[in-house]
Amino acid sequence: MNAPQTPVKKLRVATTSLAGCFGCHMSILDIDERILKLLDLIEFDRSPLTDIKHCGPCDLGLIEGGLCNAENVHVLREFRKNCKILVAVGACAINGGLPAQRNHLDLRDILEEVYQTEVGLSHGGIPNDPELPLPLNQVHPIHEVVKVDYFLPGCPPPADAIWKLLTDLLAGRTPNLGHGLLHYD
Amino acid sequence: MTFELETAISPEKLRRVAIDPVSRVEGHGKVTILLDDDNKVHQVRLHIVEFRGFEKFIQGRPYWEVPVMVQRLCGICPVSHHLAASKALDMMMGVKQLTPTAEKIRRLMHAGQILQSHALHFFHLSSPDLLFGFGSDVAARNIVGVIAAHPEIAKKGVLLRKYGQEVIRMTAGKRVHGTGSVPGGVNKSLSAEERAELLKDAYQMVAWSRDAVGLIRQLFEQNLTEYNRFGRFRSAGMCLVAADGSMDLYHGGLRARDADGNTMFDHFDYSRYWDVIGEDVKPWSYMKFPFFKSLGPEDGSYRVGPLTRVTHCDSIPTPLADKEREAFVAFDGGSSAGATLGYHWARMIEMLHAAECIKDLLHDDDIIGHDLMATGQRQERGVGVIEAPRGTLIHHYRVDENDQVIRANLIVSTTHNNQAMNTAVREVAKQYLDGVEITEGLLNHIEIAIRAFDPCLSCATHALGQMPLEVAIVGADGNVIDEATRDHRGLTRLVS
Ligand code: SF4
Repeated sequence: MNAPQTPVKKLRVATTSLAGCFGCHMSILDIDERILKLLDLIEFDRSPLTDIKHCGPCDLGLIEGGLCNAENVHVLREFRKNCKILVAVGACAINGGLPAQRNHLDLRDILEEVYQTEVGLSHGGIPNDPELPLPLNQVHPIHEVVKVDYFLPGCPPPADAIWKLLTDLLAGRTPNLGHGLLHYD
Repeated sequence: MTFELETAISPEKLRRVAIDPVSRVEGHGKVTILLDDDNKVHQVRLHIVEFRGFEKFIQGRPYWEVPVMVQRLCGICPVSHHLAASKALDMMMGVKQLTPTAEKIRRLMHAGQILQSHALHFFHLSSPDLLFGFGSDVAARNIVGVIAAHPEIAKKGVLLRKYGQEVIRMTAGKRVHGTGSVPGGVNKSLSAEERAELLKDAYQMVAWSRDAVGLIRQLFEQNLTEYNRFGRFRSAGMCLVAADGSMDLYHGGLRARDADGNTMFDHFDYSRYWDVIGEDVKPWSYMKFPFFKSLGPEDGSYRVGPLTRVTHCDSIPTPLADKEREAFVAFDGGSSAGATLGYHWARMIEMLHAAECIKDLLHDDDIIGHDLMATGQRQERGVGVIEAPRGTLIHHYRVDENDQVIRANLIVSTTHNNQAMNTAVREVAKQYLDGVEITEGLLNHIEIAIRAFDPCLSCATHALGQMPLEVAIVGADGNVIDEATRDHRGLTRLVS
């Protein structure tokens, strides 16, 4: 039982949400109590769950969400530079997802409608402070900007699919979801 | 006119410190602080830096798609959007009363949502600050650290969240982004097996939720002065209440009180919310600033969410949670009930209430009924309001004769709290940061104030806008740091 543990090198994992809804992160947590033992095997770098604000060298990067502003592009590049394996998690990272529904709209009209002419506004004005990252004209999937190693479909991908990906990588296998875990809703 | 510490008089002379991204919250936000040479704080702002445009791209879609689309605003509280949209579209369909099965299945789904979201927020996101200390080691200050140091607390948190997610899965079809609620009712009820499965753990969840209330109470007792003072400010508030004034997170009329506790409106029919609420825009955030119209944009800000709900309701209709409510509002002469960190305590009382609701609903035979849909006389528009985990959530749609949505307005919980969160972080900046050397641990104090509100910054990014096409980012010294341009695909590139 209590044999001295040989310190195993943990898999270092970073996660981030770009233009996503956090549903994919919820699905990561939906592995439920398996997370309690997973933490013997992995450690978190930058993630919404930790207070590390910039990604350092990692074995695995999980990206939720597509690219909707310049800041997203910047964070994605930082992840690619630091992560040996980069995974596009969920519909938004893979093809833009629901936020990409805005891609056919004329942005200038919309901006004016939302921030200037909408009823109920006391006084309008388009937010334009330099602290706000520039929005992109369209929402882009992440593979348009960086090389992506694996794509995990679903909105969000089921927790069991995330679990399979992690355990395959931990065992040194090529991740293979197989039947039942690969779906798109 | 602006709020204290909102805008520095000469920002170009000041040093900028940023918390970017704000972590252990849901969504994308950052805080900027401007300081002078003596580290005196001159400006503090919580910026919402992203926008996604849901209100716009819903337009033109058939209305029955809306409850499924809009929940993609938020993966933590998708059920809130799912149900607020369904309620708005019930009204549009002229359905005044759901079938008992539909109403109870929706209430069960909502209680599952409150339970899992509150558990996640308290245990996974906020408990590290409270258990380890506000300025504790950054490397351990997360759920992993809690699992290592307090495994029994962490395990309860993980399993409470799991149970809430299972309630959602069985009522909505999926843990995240289900499809169970539809305009006019629901598309499934529970099977006898599902009901039995959920009943197995229902009492355990009530017991663990009680333990959680005990834990936050104990933390308050141990740190009373600091907790009561932390980021404290006076504020008006708003929430839904039932016809008898008791807490109802699914349906009711709007109750608002000013900062002195005087009633401003009560049992107000939310289908005319715009008579009482206006919205303001500031150039430095994509999130709007709502206010009570009767007080105007300068004085009319208010807060929503657990703290307001627990202190504004006359009672909670489940016995254990109501006892805890009484204890909370009486604690330390009532002062904790006005503290920013009082949000956590109120949140755990609501989690207990949600667990009790789930247990009670599981004993009600209507949840295995088969009468799922109601019909009515079609209307042109509909408004749906629900108390989401973080506060009052408003959905408003107009639908044309082709069944297409032609107008949508959403005011999410976090948006109502925009000014309140900004005020709270400015209070914390005054209390902890002014005139001292800023450290990581001190900056975490700012984030703790934001976390108290459990902001869903993701929800708050729904408004779509576009900035001017060329923007220069100018540094404090007036020099251009960055310029942004767009390539032929419309992709912005930063060029230094
Ligand atoms: S893929 Fe779905 S669940 Fe994941 S971030 Fe996008 S909308 Fe949310």
